[in-house]
Amino acid sequence: MADVLLEMRGISKRFPGVLALDGVDFRLRRGEVHALMGENGAGKSTLIKALTGVHMRDEGKVVLDGVEIDPRSPRQAEELGISTVYQEVNLIAHLSVAENICLGREPTVFGKIRWGAVKRRAEEAMARLDLRVDVSQELSQCSIALQQMVAIARALDIRAKLLLLDEPTSSLDANEVAELFVVMRKLRDQGLGIVFITHFLDQVYGVSDRITVLRDGRLVGEYETSKLGRMELVSRMIGKDASKLERGEKRAAGGKAAGGVFVEAKQLGRRGSVSPMDIRIGKGEVVGLAGLLGSGRTEMARLLFGVDKADEGYVEVDGRMVTLGSPKQAIRLGFGFTPENRKTEGIVPHLSVRENIILAMQGRRGMWRALSSREQMEIAGRFIEALGIKTPSPEQAVCNLSGGNQQKVLLARWLANEPRLLILDEPTRGIDVGAKAEIEKLIGQLCEAGMSIVFISSELEEVVRTCQKVVVLRDGAKVGELEGEQVSEEAVMQTIARHADEA
Amino acid sequence: MKLDYAEAGSVGRPMPDWLVKLIWPVAALGLLLAFNLAFTSLFFRLEWRDGHLYGSLIDVLNRGSPVMLLALGMTLVIATGGVDLSVGAVMAISGAVAAQMINVPGMPFGLVIAGALAVSVLAGVWNGLLVGIFKIQPIVATLILMVAGRGVAQLITGGQYTTFTDAKLVYVGNGHLFGLPFPVTIVFVMLVVTGLLTRKTALGLFVESVGDNEKATHYAGISSRAVKFMAYVFAGLCAGLAGLVAVSNIKCADSNHAGLFLELDAILAVVVGGTALTGGRFYLLGSIVGALLIQTLTTTMYMRNVSPEIAPVPKAIVIVAVCLLQSPVFRNQMRRIAKWRPA
Repeated sequence: MADVLLEMRGISKRFPGVLALDGVDFRLRRGEVHALMGENGAGKSTLIKALTGVHMRDEGKVVLDGVEIDPRSPRQAEELGISTVYQEVNLIAHLSVAENICLGREPTVFGKIRWGAVKRRAEEAMARLDLRVDVSQELSQCSIALQQMVAIARALDIRAKLLLLDEPTSSLDANEVAELFVVMRKLRDQGLGIVFITHFLDQVYGVSDRITVLRDGRLVGEYETSKLGRMELVSRMIGKDASKLERGEKRAAGGKAAGGVFVEAKQLGRRGSVSPMDIRIGKGEVVGLAGLLGSGRTEMARLLFGVDKADEGYVEVDGRMVTLGSPKQAIRLGFGFTPENRKTEGIVPHLSVRENIILAMQGRRGMWRALSSREQMEIAGRFIEALGIKTPSPEQAVCNLSGGNQQKVLLARWLANEPRLLILDEPTRGIDVGAKAEIEKLIGQLCEAGMSIVFISSELEEVVRTCQKVVVLRDGAKVGELEGEQVSEEAVMQTIARHADEA
Repeated sequence: MKLDYAEAGSVGRPMPDWLVKLIWPVAALGLLLAFNLAFTSLFFRLEWRDGHLYGSLIDVLNRGSPVMLLALGMTLVIATGGVDLSVGAVMAISGAVAAQMINVPGMPFGLVIAGALAVSVLAGVWNGLLVGIFKIQPIVATLILMVAGRGVAQLITGGQYTTFTDAKLVYVGNGHLFGLPFPVTIVFVMLVVTGLLTRKTALGLFVESVGDNEKATHYAGISSRAVKFMAYVFAGLCAGLAGLVAVSNIKCADSNHAGLFLELDAILAVVVGGTALTGGRFYLLGSIVGALLIQTLTTTMYMRNVSPEIAPVPKAIVIVAVCLLQSPVFRNQMRRIAKWRPA
């Protein structure tokens, strides 16, 4: 094929302990918008970074415009004509639009910047996007969308052949997205190859010509957008063939029938993050929040634990309305929460396993009623044994433990507090299979003992296996609820895809 | 097998963290003392006069006590990830209040001490409010009082040097107890109090947790505001005590010079003592050793007739050396250089 602009063949990349990319092929034609799709950890960003020289690939070949290339840094990649625009706008807020576009490559005479040429070049770059703006205005005065355009203009300023857009739409509203798409189509018609990464299905179908799906570091396939249905796309991303789905073995539902309702969220929502929704959590029930990345799963969990304040709706516990203004209040109601970002929001890295385990319990007792060191040792020892936490000593700093053991320490922190509701956001992310199974087993035991659990995971299989009820979310709104026998991967996927079609 | 960690206790456990952290500052102090043993003949001379001990070593303890007191409070503040630049100025305020009150006829001595300490605690409350509640950057928040505090002290004394002769107040900085200067007793008592306050309550755990990962601590239901607030209030109290010692030393409230630049010495002492400026684990004994190291250096230079103008230079060299020795990056580099063999 003569119109192939970029060909990546057999790309592999190994990080300590994981094979992030396993012989992935990727092909981009001139004048097409190519969506790169996959769930978290599928290898999208590793592939991009292998292309832009951020990561050195271990194996494979990259051919750009018929020439084999091997960029060693983003700078080299740029010189070869590969331009990247990242998710967050990487520009300098208090410089002008023109300065931002020309930063680091200003036209000079004897070391003196030619401001006239800077301005002209910036105007040309913006004109290429069909934008006529005052390039001397300060960047911070521009809308986020325009800033994104400036970032693209900057990327294009250096005779680019290929444009990588890594989730450029995540901070844009619907109109701004539409503006961006106009620009993307225009660039495509000029013969540029565009790689587009996003989590929004609608946008993929709105602008892309072709889709490549990755999963677990492997290529799933390359498809023409017009010939791949949404349902098929979702099933390929998640790795389950919709027609041949097996029902995951269901756990014998815990004490659900006997329990009654424990927590009920009524029209709970927060502007700009999750639309108001009802969620009912029974005693001894495991409720799953399912949806693709960015669907509002984590945001909902944060509302329930009082990390973010809801500006709509309210929560009832045991039928009584409660205020959830802070994690402290949530903990008093008997809630516990293991956040998605274990390292930045979960563990206290340099404190010991013992201190990490007793932290929430001590927080509840307050500053003055300290647990004695004997009590602390006893509690820590008990949970280290019960959860099988592998640590040489309770005095080991928790940052030296593996991911799975850190997660168990976090679970122990809450279990020591004897919670009535445990909110687990991606409790199995980045941990090995054995630890995963142990955590799932633990969840089963806890709900049999009457504890309520909110379970969030991007692995649908896990959600279906663990939960008696699944609330399906999409783009920050609840789009369905499945219960008991209805809970299956197929049903969850259909719920997600159906609503994507309607939108 | 059931592991009973509570009973396994100390058996075969590696050296505790706080002991490890103490190695470098103690080694530096030891080296400095060894230097004096070899070259400064009078340094180790102790005299027993009128039931009191005299000598350079005692002098180090005595003159170092204000910085040791400041360092105790500063340790907690730094462990929360903050810093308190105002403690030197708070010393001046505390001294000014004490000197003004003691000259009021019929004023009970206890009330004078209580008054000076109460005002210092109030200064701590101010810092605690700005940093803990209003989330102003610690360096900026405490800079306010660092600059304005001396003015406040001037206001209290009416711009005068307020002298006093009250025997009890003079005793605070110049008296002797158990043969040692009285400030040494104050430092010892405060060290024990701080140790108990942080380790027998959960304050120490909360301070370290907030300094290490504030977000995770917040999610665990602990109010980082309250923890930070307490740290600054305690630093204020320590500064108040240091101010009493300083004002008593010279029997005069000197708002311009009392505690001048001592906040920097206190910060140095804490960092040399092993507590990281980024917050987290703190080491009270380390801070005390750090303060002693700084004072020993000062006294050594004084005894070797190093002119005060160039005195900061050797001080800086020793501090840099201790800090580098504590840096894992530097130690790794050194190890690599030591292993390197020309091919």
